[in-house]
Amino acid sequence: MQQLLNGIFIGSIYALFAIGFTLVFGILDRLNLAHPAVFAASAFVGIELVARGGLSLWAALPVVFVFGAVLGLVIERLAFRPLKNRADAHFAGLISSIALAGMLIALLQWRYGPDTRRFPAGAFPEDRYEVAGAQVTLAQLVILAVSLTLMVGLTYMVTRTRLGRGMRAVAENPTAARVLGVDVDRITAVTFAISSALGAVAGVLFAINVNTAQLGMGYAIELKGLAVIIVGGMGSLPGALIGGLVLGLAEVFAVQYIGSSWRDVIAFGLLFLILLVRPQGLLGARKVREV
Amino acid sequence: MRVHLHTAVVASAAALVLTACGSGDTGGGAATASGELSGEGTGDSCTIEGEVPIGAVLSLTGAAASYGESQQRGLELAAAQLAEKGGVTYALQVEDDQTDPRQGITLFDQFVTDGVSLIIGPTLSNTAVQADPIAQEAGVPVLGISNTAAGITDIGDYVFRNSLTEQAVIPQTIAKATEEFGLQDVVVMYSNDDAFTESGYEAFSAALEAEGVTVSETITFAKADTDFRALLTQAQQSDPDAIVVSALIEAAIPLVTQARELGIDVPIIGGNGFNNPRLMADAGQAAEGVVVGAAWNSASDNPENTAFLADYEAEYGAQPDQFAAQAYAGLMLVDQAVRANCAADRESIKAALGELQDVPTVLGQFSIDENRDAEHPAVVQVVRDGAFAVLE
Repeated sequence: MQQLLNGIFIGSIYALFAIGFTLVFGILDRLNLAHPAVFAASAFVGIELVARGGLSLWAALPVVFVFGAVLGLVIERLAFRPLKNRADAHFAGLISSIALAGMLIALLQWRYGPDTRRFPAGAFPEDRYEVAGAQVTLAQLVILAVSLTLMVGLTYMVTRTRLGRGMRAVAENPTAARVLGVDVDRITAVTFAISSALGAVAGVLFAINVNTAQLGMGYAIELKGLAVIIVGGMGSLPGALIGGLVLGLAEVFAVQYIGSSWRDVIAFGLLFLILLVRPQGLLGARKVREV
Repeated sequence: MRVHLHTAVVASAAALVLTACGSGDTGGGAATASGELSGEGTGDSCTIEGEVPIGAVLSLTGAAASYGESQQRGLELAAAQLAEKGGVTYALQVEDDQTDPRQGITLFDQFVTDGVSLIIGPTLSNTAVQADPIAQEAGVPVLGISNTAAGITDIGDYVFRNSLTEQAVIPQTIAKATEEFGLQDVVVMYSNDDAFTESGYEAFSAALEAEGVTVSETITFAKADTDFRALLTQAQQSDPDAIVVSALIEAAIPLVTQARELGIDVPIIGGNGFNNPRLMADAGQAAEGVVVGAAWNSASDNPENTAFLADYEAEYGAQPDQFAAQAYAGLMLVDQAVRANCAADRESIKAALGELQDVPTVLGQFSIDENRDAEHPAVVQVVRDGAFAVLE
């Protein structure tokens, strides 16, 4: 039971991270590798707001959300927009986003040094509950609630709103969308903003969950995030949620039944298996690319 | 940070200028210097005319900066006290290796040509492995004040240290904990992708075997891991008497916090990586009951230590840590060695350091063993009310 909960909580963070990742990928067909840097930067900013700014965690979360969104706009403007008309825009964007991530991490290191940072003690109530013999902290419940709310809200937005329709049109065919009067540049920017805002919240929640924030924290989760979007189905939002949970549980049960050293072997073995059996992912639709 | 860098730059520039000037007029400098470096009398009555040049290579900026800063304070306090005592005075020159082994090598080269009698440092074992051979080759004695990795003194017969190795501290920690908590079976956890924690693990498992404690499970993780809940839940299921952990402080803090969250309330026994005030500062209440072996105990009441605590507090307005204590003890031991033959040339310091036996220091009764490693009692500490206390 405890292991099941462990898996669900770590999985929901993987999912929240991956959902931002997969949004840009699914709609714009770009892989934004600055996402892990947003994850780390936001955790540091969140800690700064609470530790120095004296904000409560509840006040800090929306600020971090906005910070992430702004960072997303910056990433789009610097790393992706200048390259958008190039023939190799996918690959060039991938590389330039890695470069931007490196710069962002260097800035963080200059500002904060290499040490691990944490939220000040007592920033978050340390309440604990017992559920069927397993221990659950208030922090974990909040993480689950925030993750689910953001995911449901996002799915609603993509499927039901005008903005969402625009996004789907761009995803389908950017050229056609432009002809039909959709402001593709605006949709692109907004998609980046939402994606990074989700990554930012994930970063803060992760830092709360493990009581630690490091410069490299984004890279540790980056590969997991990629695995999640592939397992769940590239570009699928519910797929990212399920993929996250599947990966989290796979890791935890690998530890439980096989051995701690096998954790990543099992998690990434799952990735290979999915790629072989169901290349489009659990919930992904088979994509037919236009020539 | 900026200010520090600036100071470092100015300091190293100044050092370069000094070296440049020095090399001009000291063609036979080493010879003249060693002429001035032997004196009259023995022990406390020893008087040496010239100032004894000592170089210290510390990490004052970069990842290990917090350690280096403590060491600098410890050394400078010791140098000031020795100057006051008179007879022998030390020209202590502290340089910053920026936590970079290449910079450490450069500074060692510079000190060797400057003609120092002895080099103290460097802060990290990692740098020591690369820089110490330079001193060894040039015949300059080196005293490590914080290097705990195995094999440092194997570099050569000019390399000494006053810092106890993990291999010395861990068996004492396990013996004490076994006696105190009646350990029968434990779970061992360690990060298996780091040389320091892996060698700590080996020391732990040898010590546990020697004490007849069963290891019911060995769990590995990566040093960058931060979520230990799955591993800890598994550890919890074998219902151990204690959890023994070899990890760096970055992993130790979330590990300890999460263990307490999961309701694991058995003692957690850590290696030297846990020996850091940040454990209590950052893990808070969760750190209570964590057991850590250490080379120095702030609460120890030998006269050297009580005086040191008071003097340090008066000078810096803060409590010293283990690094400051080992640095302070380091320069005091050098003074002992110099006074033993009342000579401060490289060869006689080397010979006298090797013969130090039962010297009273802030670390307790201190001896150098046949491998030029430190020999003194370790202290087994337990976190109580947010501070390290002696486990007894």
